[in-house]
Amino acid sequence: MNMLDIQLPGLDLKNPIMPASGCFGFGKEFGNLYDLNILGAIMVKATTPEPRFGNPTPRVAETSSGMLNAIGLQNPGLTNVMKDELPRLNQFDVPIIANIAGSQVEDYVTVAREISKVSNVKALELNISCPNVKEGGITFGTDPVVARKVTEAVKAVSEVPVYVKLSPNVTNIVEMAQAVEAGGADGLTMINTLMGMRFDMKTGKPILANKTGGLSGPAIKPVAIRMIYEVSQAVNIPIIGMGGIMTAEDVIEFFYAGASAVAVGTANFTDPFVCPKIIEELPVLLKKLGFNHISECTGRSWNKHAQFANHRA
Amino acid sequence: MIKNEAMKIVSQQEIAESIYELTLSGSLVSEMNQPGQFVHIKTGNGYEPLLRRPISISAIDKENNTFTMVYRAEGKGTFLLSQAKNDTEIDVLGPLGNGFTPEVAISGETALLVGGGIGVPPLYELSKRLTKLGVNVIHVLGFQNAATVFYEEKFRALGETYITTVDGSHGTKGFVTDVIDILSNSYTTIFACGPTPMLRALESAYKETKEVFLSLEERMGCGIGACFACVCHTADDPTGFQYKKVCSDGPVFRAGEVVL
Ligand SMILES: Cc1cc2nc3c(=O)[nH]c(=O)nc-3n(C[C@H](O)[C@H](O)[C@H](O)COP(=O)(O)OP(=O)(O)OC[C@H]3O[C@@H](n4cnc5c(N)ncnc54)[C@H](O)[C@@H]3O)c2cc1C
Ligand SMILES: Cc1cc2nc3c(=O)[nH]c(=O)nc-3n(C[C@H](O)[C@H](O)[C@H](O)COP(=O)(O)O)c2cc1C
Ligand code: FES
Repeated sequence: MNMLDIQLPGLDLKNPIMPASGCFGFGKEFGNLYDLNILGAIMVKATTPEPRFGNPTPRVAETSSGMLNAIGLQNPGLTNVMKDELPRLNQFDVPIIANIAGSQVEDYVTVAREISKVSNVKALELNISCPNVKEGGITFGTDPVVARKVTEAVKAVSEVPVYVKLSPNVTNIVEMAQAVEAGGADGLTMINTLMGMRFDMKTGKPILANKTGGLSGPAIKPVAIRMIYEVSQAVNIPIIGMGGIMTAEDVIEFFYAGASAVAVGTANFTDPFVCPKIIEELPVLLKKLGFNHISECTGRSWNKHAQFANHRA
Repeated sequence: MIKNEAMKIVSQQEIAESIYELTLSGSLVSEMNQPGQFVHIKTGNGYEPLLRRPISISAIDKENNTFTMVYRAEGKGTFLLSQAKNDTEIDVLGPLGNGFTPEVAISGETALLVGGGIGVPPLYELSKRLTKLGVNVIHVLGFQNAATVFYEEKFRALGETYITTVDGSHGTKGFVTDVIDILSNSYTTIFACGPTPMLRALESAYKETKEVFLSLEERMGCGIGACFACVCHTADDPTGFQYKKVCSDGPVFRAGEVVL
């Protein structure tokens, strides 16, 4: 019996595990390491209307149980992504979630209109929360009115369901989630990275050339869990959770918080085979915990009607 | 092919101040073919440190299924690695990147190998390959001081070798370029690995007259080309969108190919 299949708007997932945007490129490199067909879905790197080189290096800095990145949305631009990157992923029977970014509403609309026509793109992920882009990217993700507006504009042109990726760099995450839900979002993905900084011991200056960067990895897991816990009780659209997932246990914790699927980012750098490993371990763990299907875990932390799992241990 | 393997420590010893030589065995060695490639090492078991550390392959021994690295224990990860004991296992991802191509030098010619500090290790396997091809090698190796000099005898066994130290406590006082400036101009190819200012100096002085190959260093995330942490501009499009990834297109580039 399949214990892992999940249906979400636009997404027919054989399992709820997918690599997170920006941590997997367009799948080419990891495709040399293992068969990508085993993945639930793939969230590809952010695409902008024009090519972007991104920020100067150093672009990454390690932190305690985490890392900072300031890649700066480097990507070959919409035309090249449509021509080269997405067709290459056609060989896999895996839904693609296209992460789209920009510095103004029109950018999102331009990319959404075109990229949502590509046959293997089954959903869009609006990156309104990248902390590494100078021209205002961050304001989309921290202002509920603007976030709703960009969601509405993209929904009007997209041919596939639209998930909005929330930034944790806000005081009221629920307000943001409700705003994009009102704007027509079909789902949420959360969380993006938390703004952070590190300095070099010898020079006293920031390690990252961009000075600040986004914190990811196990260090941010409790923040992600808390935010998903709050948001999942306040909206009626599904959540794809992310932020520090390293193990199958972490996945279950995200489901308990209220996620219906999860994405794995930074862990791919620590262990490039982490996604296949988690997919293999999940059914074993679910059985051990007494579940028949992973969907039984969603929202357990707050759902009063959820039955206790049938413990067989 | 890139593989991930828990490789066994055959030996680890401190060969100079904070400089460790580590030899590992495992089937991954059969994938190693080019000098200048590197491996990505998980130095601890938990989430600390979270990222792998890129370390060059300094010698490959196919017969015994082992390879050797030489590294400086400096920060958290490399310090942990230096504490690892014989017969325990180390998580290695590799071989990664495109290394040096010894075949660009022809038998009978002379190649100049220039290394700075922890840029010296990959030159050792390269020098062995070159001498096997019948290429004469000259080594110019720069270090901070006498205490941090390593592999001097090993390089000397393969060819002419000059050592420089910044404080003059061993060899010539100064930088590698101080020696190269007074060397006879008999070589046709330069292979170099070390700090960026050193690579820049070599590039600007010899790009026009010699074949120059440089091994670059950059902070990395994935090490396999997926995260865009390690990109540099190409020289023919220095402010545009063209790029190379140090981890998967490099770390070795022809001088003039990328912006240093
Ligand atoms: C292709 C390549 C080959 C290398 N080969 C060797 C080698 O043969 N021997 C050797 O001693 N060193 C080598 N280095 C440098 C080595 O990777 C760093 O010294 C090491 O990562 C530092 O880790 P740490 O735990 O000591 O320091 P920390 O300060 O704990 O490191 C923190 C983070 O910064 C990164 N970092 C710090 N310094 C460097 C650096 N110089 N280059 C890249 N990343 C860095 C680390 O990887 C880590 O992600 C190589 C680097 C590259 C890119
Ligand atoms: C190197 C790197 C690049 C990223 N690039 C993007 C991106 O292009 N678009 C995006 O929406 N999120 C991006 N992210 C954020 C991740 O998709 C994810 O939301 C975040 O890292 C938290 O998950 P993790 O802790 O599992 O990495 C990036 C993260 C990292 C570490
Ligand atoms: S380190 Fe990830 S692309 Fe080079």
